[in-house]
Amino acid sequence: MLVALLGLAALGTAHAQRDLAGHWSQRFHEDLPERGAGPEIGDYTGLPINDAARLRADSWDAAKWTMPERQCEPHPADYGPRGPAALRIGSTVDPIAQDVISWDITVMWMLPHRTIYMDGRPHPSPNAQHSWQGFSTGVWEGDMLKVTTTHLKEGWVRRNGLPRSDKATLVEYFLRNENYLTLVTVVMDPVYLTEPLVRTSDWVLDTGLQLSPFSCIPAIEIERPRGTVPHHLPGTNAFLEEYSQRHGLPIEAARGGAQTMYPEYVPKLRRLIEGGAP
Amino acid sequence: MICRAAAACSLGAVVLLACAAAQPTSAQAQLEVLPAQGNVLMIAGPGGNTAVQIGHEAVVVVDTQTAAVSDQLLAAIAKLSSKPIRHIINTSVDAGHTGGNEAVSRAGKYVRLIDTLDPRGSRSDAAIIAHVNVLGRMSSPTGTDAPAAAGAWPSDTYFTDDWALFVNGEALQLIHVPNAHTDGDTIVFFRRSDVIATGDIYDTSRYPRFDSEKGGSVAGVIEGLNRILDIAIPGENQEGGTVVIPGHGRLSDETEVANYRDMLTIVRDRIAAMIGAGMTLEQVQRAKPTSDYDGVYDEPNGWTAAMFVAAVYRDLRAESR
Repeated sequence: MLVALLGLAALGTAHAQRDLAGHWSQRFHEDLPERGAGPEIGDYTGLPINDAARLRADSWDAAKWTMPERQCEPHPADYGPRGPAALRIGSTVDPIAQDVISWDITVMWMLPHRTIYMDGRPHPSPNAQHSWQGFSTGVWEGDMLKVTTTHLKEGWVRRNGLPRSDKATLVEYFLRNENYLTLVTVVMDPVYLTEPLVRTSDWVLDTGLQLSPFSCIPAIEIERPRGTVPHHLPGTNAFLEEYSQRHGLPIEAARGGAQTMYPEYVPKLRRLIEGGAP
Repeated sequence: MICRAAAACSLGAVVLLACAAAQPTSAQAQLEVLPAQGNVLMIAGPGGNTAVQIGHEAVVVVDTQTAAVSDQLLAAIAKLSSKPIRHIINTSVDAGHTGGNEAVSRAGKYVRLIDTLDPRGSRSDAAIIAHVNVLGRMSSPTGTDAPAAAGAWPSDTYFTDDWALFVNGEALQLIHVPNAHTDGDTIVFFRRSDVIATGDIYDTSRYPRFDSEKGGSVAGVIEGLNRILDIAIPGENQEGGTVVIPGHGRLSDETEVANYRDMLTIVRDRIAAMIGAGMTLEQVQRAKPTSDYDGVYDEPNGWTAAMFVAAVYRDLRAESR
């Protein structure tokens, strides 16, 4: 009797999980202005950033990407789903127990590969190396896969210089509903964010999808004096107000911050645009 | 033998409880062994990082941490290899990198012809290799007290831009970076393993410390970081490839060294611009030119952002005179 009950319990657990394996075609509609061609310089709207993040972004110069050390950087795990991100998801299965030991994810843009360990292993020591995809472990919460990622290299929350530090933790929820896959990402960064940054991205199962090959070899694109690092000194970035001017936004709103994420900010924004007191 | 040791380490970090005794002393520290790459491992301790190369001939130790953890360091090395420690390399004169020199050297073995002719008797300690300026700062003229015991002094020094040795089937390049953290800095490149031990030129845990009284400078540290970037070659997608062992903090690759170099260069440029605008040190500190990096590198109970800014300011002021 006990054995039968345990067997049923095990079956119940297995059925609560979802098979994430397959090729997934991306749906790009959410937050479209900051995806694809990318965000404008000085657009910090709707992000829970602090002053340290603003200064990093104000100092950022897109010429950074011409440096040989930067040309082949892929998106980190927390930003990858926002870029061109058709997915191939596979699994590694224990041949006897048939448990999924790991989920293996490859993203289309630059083909970064992630492994999500499901075998309960601990995260590495603080002295271990960081990587673009970090170290990920997963657990099922009902039919939702919760993934926790640490050991990320420094990355970005928006592609205009807004940083995400290497002290950040990424928590993700993978939700499969029939042929639809939704990923909820929650970035917690004690260095540059005042609140968790929550975003969602979506995919549709696509059995005909194939990821394109990719390879990157850096080259000297611009001759510069040794050790030159492109950046703007504080107060000298002439491009920072272009975004707010082009869209008729008060500069205060363009500077972002947690309050600009919430609906309660809309009336304040309206007053700012009309020139009234905030 | 080598493969077995390396394989055992590659299973994960090995934490060694440093002191079995019950007495809580400063030596009761935890050392952590992490495989770096190839034949090289990192031993992280309270005083900094040690790089260890193991192989069929001998053990090479880069930096010996503080004297307080020498026993623990030797115990950790003994678990990695049964071969004798033949060479110690010091990346600078700092006590956190040379403190264990005497004990580690004494535990090692390296007999050369010249040692057999030594009238004091045949020496068999491991050789201690460093730039000649390290010897100069650890020793003293006859008749005065030396800052360090003679047994801790480098026994083999070089005064050229670089030096090399070949141990365990691997070439080791020792590259001197003038006036960086100090005036006696050495970067060690394990060519076959593709690992660089940087000493305190690179530190993932705090802003760089450069000691102007010992010949250090911000320009030298930046040049040292650029030298590391010259050597390091990343793998696909700017990941992996050359492994970098910092003086303090975690294992890294080229990208993270580039991040550190960028931070230091940007902060240097900001402070130089402020000096150019006639700002005093107090005004520069109030302007917080490091505020966007403080969450990563400020060490509130140690090397603070304000101390770092003051060091850069004074160095740049001195340089401009």
